[in-house]
Amino acid sequence: MHELSLAMSILDIAGEEADRRGGAVIKSIYLKMGPLSGVIKQALVSAFDLAREDSPFADSQLMVEEVPLVVMCHVCQTEKILPSLQDFCCPECGTPCGDVISGRELEIVAMEIEE
Amino acid sequence: MTIQATTRMVQVRTQVLKANDNDARALRQRFHDSGVYVVSLVSSPGTGKTMFLEQTLKMLRSRYRCAALVGDLATENDAKRLARAEVPIRQIITGSVCHLEALMVKDAIADWRLEDLDFLFIENVGNLVCPATYDLGEDLRLVLFSVTEGEDKPRKYPTIFNTADVAVITKVELAAAVEFDREAAFASVQAVRPGMQILEVSAKTGFGMPQWLQFLESKRAEQRVGSNS
Repeated sequence: MHELSLAMSILDIAGEEADRRGGAVIKSIYLKMGPLSGVIKQALVSAFDLAREDSPFADSQLMVEEVPLVVMCHVCQTEKILPSLQDFCCPECGTPCGDVISGRELEIVAMEIEE
Repeated sequence: MTIQATTRMVQVRTQVLKANDNDARALRQRFHDSGVYVVSLVSSPGTGKTMFLEQTLKMLRSRYRCAALVGDLATENDAKRLARAEVPIRQIITGSVCHLEALMVKDAIADWRLEDLDFLFIENVGNLVCPATYDLGEDLRLVLFSVTEGEDKPRKYPTIFNTADVAVITKVELAAAVEFDREAAFASVQAVRPGMQILEVSAKTGFGMPQWLQFLESKRAEQRVGSNS
């Protein structure tokens, strides 16, 4: 259960952003999350709901976009989306692919603010 | 007159883990500047991390200056066990936190002279989920699993295997008794992390320990060559 500490980090970052914008009200926080981030979406959303209660962001929404795991297949010479974390093989040619291009993301990409 | 509130989207690019990442980066720099090679260990509870680390420290201490940090939720038992290796040990009690974070490591070594060390080991809390998310500034991350845990452990916890550098299979002296399928275990590691190096050890009988130490020494030497060039 490290999601609660991550939810609190998200609120800290939202707080910094709100301060930077002269106390703007943050309606929504948009998060990009990859399957290798080690975070379960539902656990993070629940943790966020808990964490925001006693914060200035009690009405802020957390919008999570799950992005795929992308690896490089050196045989096909192209990037491939892997459907499963349990099988790091090119879905087309079957070559083992350990070269992760993306999928570790845990990043706040945007906020919807009210002015 | 009322002012109509309007909303707009603003682009932000901030890593949720930026505070930990910054701490880890600072630690890594400090480790490199001091010339200490830092190894972290992650596994489930009961894999035998502490026993493996105790034997490692005992075998290294005559030739290298070693120390260890050990993370635990509540007790100091692991630190007491490791103290038998007669090297500096410090316990990090995490309370309810299920993993170590870079700041905890930083605080734990605040008064240590890293220049006086060749190896620093960091034993994480027994957990194969949460530690995956946190960089500790280490040079090498080991993920351990024992022959008694089942061959498919890597497939069950692909993320931690993907953040680790080397897999270590422990308690191999029990392999026959538990009908451990070595080939299946190797395949499971390769399925989630193609090309990952696998070491097999028994801290109890000493099997595989010389190869592990040799590997460790070569990694440290590689890094020193890298940092001197």
